[in-house]
Amino acid sequence: MLSLRDVSVSYDGAPALLDASLDLADGQVLAVLGPSGSGKSTLLRAIAGLEPSSGRMSWDGDDLAGVPTHKRGFALMFQDGQLFGHLTVARNVGYALRLRRTPDAAARVRELLALVGLEGYEDRLPATLSGGERQRVALARSLAVRPRLLLLDEPLSALDAGLRGRLATDLARILREAGTTALMVTHDHEEAFAVADRLAVMRDGRIVQQGGIGEVWQAPADAATALFLGYARVLDGEAAHTLLRAAGLPVGTDAVAVRRSALAVADAGPLAGTVSSARVTPGQIRLVVDVDGLGEVDAVARLDTHAAPGDEVVLGVDASRLAAIPAGH
Amino acid sequence: MRRALSLVGLAAVPLAVLGVFFVLPVSGMISEGFWTDGSFDPGAVLEVLARPRVHRVIWFTVWSACAGTAVSLLLGVPTAHLLHRRRFPGRRVLRALLVVPFVLPTVVVGVAFRELIGEAGPLGFLGLDGSAAAIVAGLAFFNVAVVIRAVGAAWESLDPRPAEAAAALGASPAYVFRTVTLPALRPAIVSAASVVFLFCATAFGVVLTLGGLRYSSVETEIYLLTTNLLDLQAAAALSIVQLLAITALLAITSRLRAVPDPTLARSTARPPRPSRGDWPGMVATGLVLLLVGLPIAALVVGSLQVDDGWSLANYRALDGTGSRQALLVPVTDALVTSLRTAVDATWMSLGLGVLVAVVVSRRSRSRAERRARGLLDGLFMLPLGVSAVTLGFGFLITLDRPPLDLRDSLLLVPIAQALVALPLVVRTLVPVLGGIDDRQRQAAASLGAGPLRVFATVDLPTMWKPLLAAAGFAFAVSLGEFGATSFLARDDHPTMPIVIFHLIGHPGAMNYGMALAASVVLAACTAVVMLVVERLRVPTVGAF
Repeated sequence: MLSLRDVSVSYDGAPALLDASLDLADGQVLAVLGPSGSGKSTLLRAIAGLEPSSGRMSWDGDDLAGVPTHKRGFALMFQDGQLFGHLTVARNVGYALRLRRTPDAAARVRELLALVGLEGYEDRLPATLSGGERQRVALARSLAVRPRLLLLDEPLSALDAGLRGRLATDLARILREAGTTALMVTHDHEEAFAVADRLAVMRDGRIVQQGGIGEVWQAPADAATALFLGYARVLDGEAAHTLLRAAGLPVGTDAVAVRRSALAVADAGPLAGTVSSARVTPGQIRLVVDVDGLGEVDAVARLDTHAAPGDEVVLGVDASRLAAIPAGH
Repeated sequence: MRRALSLVGLAAVPLAVLGVFFVLPVSGMISEGFWTDGSFDPGAVLEVLARPRVHRVIWFTVWSACAGTAVSLLLGVPTAHLLHRRRFPGRRVLRALLVVPFVLPTVVVGVAFRELIGEAGPLGFLGLDGSAAAIVAGLAFFNVAVVIRAVGAAWESLDPRPAEAAAALGASPAYVFRTVTLPALRPAIVSAASVVFLFCATAFGVVLTLGGLRYSSVETEIYLLTTNLLDLQAAAALSIVQLLAITALLAITSRLRAVPDPTLARSTARPPRPSRGDWPGMVATGLVLLLVGLPIAALVVGSLQVDDGWSLANYRALDGTGSRQALLVPVTDALVTSLRTAVDATWMSLGLGVLVAVVVSRRSRSRAERRARGLLDGLFMLPLGVSAVTLGFGFLITLDRPPLDLRDSLLLVPIAQALVALPLVVRTLVPVLGGIDDRQRQAAASLGAGPLRVFATVDLPTMWKPLLAAAGFAFAVSLGEFGATSFLARDDHPTMPIVIFHLIGHPGAMNYGMALAASVVLAACTAVVMLVVERLRVPTVGAF
């Protein structure tokens, strides 16, 4: 179990990571989500032992201070794989096995390549692989010696969108099958949801919220976190009260985060307004509607509704796509 | 803390070597100027600097270096274009051949030029013997290779699309060159020019052999003052002037240094064949070939002639000591000494160079660390600019008493040569190491590889070729080194350049013929080494 208490890192006196505390139980996958510059990569590098840090970091109670990277047993996988270009796929994957003189390394390499779906790629050189294949090889290489902890630094960001989705699903399956404890850094919330079961959100060098992925998702700690998690808007004050009442929820807070699909054009509903813009996407029409008492909000309509700017529409509210934001933020 | 310790640990050996064998001798030389009979006396230095002859020497050094730089640039830039941006049969051979002059022994080149433009030479009618023009031509002979190399590498990696975009907007080729290509090349040109100026201003062998009595540069003047006139104070004063000027110049150069990233994947279009518009490049290449080829041809032809007839007698005489006991040992012995010395100098400079390159190229974590690494980088570049004569003389006056009495040590010459070659080794390796993504090392470490294993996995595979190239480069430079060696070589263990210099200083047709033959042999050795290096195709060799 990885445990961090008040870990901080600074570059030339400028803090990049401030008082990070977290626990990661064996077998769990934690996604660290944050915009670029939020300190999430610094956190990962500090755990890998690549940045000098203050505070206490331990594994199963053993202090990690002074343990160099190569003795931590934490494998690190980079955004662009960082395969060794002069070694074949098999030798890349078997690198750590050879370091430890593991017997029967060839069989283990075959097994790993099968796990990541690259059977028969043993003798290829990294330069002949596609981006997705390279990331799979990098993953196999990291998993080869069953690391205590796998650190993934934006493992899918270098890939194009379609591939990213497929590989995220694969990554989740592979991590579960291997039973790996992993910490993944990403700026893409969908990637985080596809792969992780716990989530830590970072901003300005601090962990602002952490917990089970569903908990964080349903109860973002503040407006900025909500927006980063993919909520379309945060309404506050009277608008928030109006929306909560319309959704049939208790009016307990002054701010509410709204997903785009929380409001949908319906035949009957508690809200009404005028469409101010409409954009057709493959699955639905995305609207911006000026609702009485709420102001401008996002909404969706089915493709066959033909909502157009200037139309009067009635909106239904899906309470499960709203998140009340606790007071004090 | 551990980072700082490992930085210090890695840098300790090169620093100690540089301290004992560079800083100590050079500062010993300098203090010679400021202290007379044990008392501090800076007035003497000022007095030396007021001498009219010293003014003449400094003025000649500056303008001949400027002229040498200008000629090198005028010839080198168009040639670089033809050799690096146009495709024609034999261009690779041409490129390889034009790198060789840079490492040819200076004494050899001096002899070759004299053979060409001397009174009896094929171009003797021009009356250039002993003229300043001959010296400038000699300087250009060496340094045109530096310009072609540095500017050519930059030109080759230039993205052609901005120029194509300008042309598509209606710009003529000349306008495109002036507004798009030249600004993109400016860093490379300026950087090459400053390095060439540095080399020209500290040139020793060429000026000594071609300048005769009429022309003297700061470098040769230091030599004359110490060896012939024994005016150590004046020599020290000149050394100080040179050291200051060169340190300033090096500081400027390091800011301008622009070496293309050797690991960057480049997708430049296949270069076109030369067309009529490429006449400047063709003319310049032709002139460069003449400039380089004629003296060498004259040298080879001269070495094969005895009394106006063809003969190998000059070569056969190389196992002797020349007429009228010109030498203490046969030339063949000197060749063996030269090769042995070069081997020693090579492993020394390579060992130090790798350490320095590793220290300098590692990514810094803090500003202080970055500054420390930058400072080290600059420090190890100093031997590039500090006169080899100052270094050699400094060795003599500081390493002659216990605890470091090395006067009679056979290691003295290789050590001095290793220091001269060190900056070239470092400059070849640093861009290569710096081009390695640090995350490769981190990936290896996170898989359980210790520091040495990381080096073997990540650094070594990328580095072995540049390392081999640097070794060849250091070997060639050591073979031809003359400035420091002229002070340090023992009379019974001379190297080839020393023997050649002795031979041309002694009267007698036989001695002169032997000097020519010995020059051809030495030039052939360095050329072969350099051509092998060129086969390795390491882009950073000779790029400063």
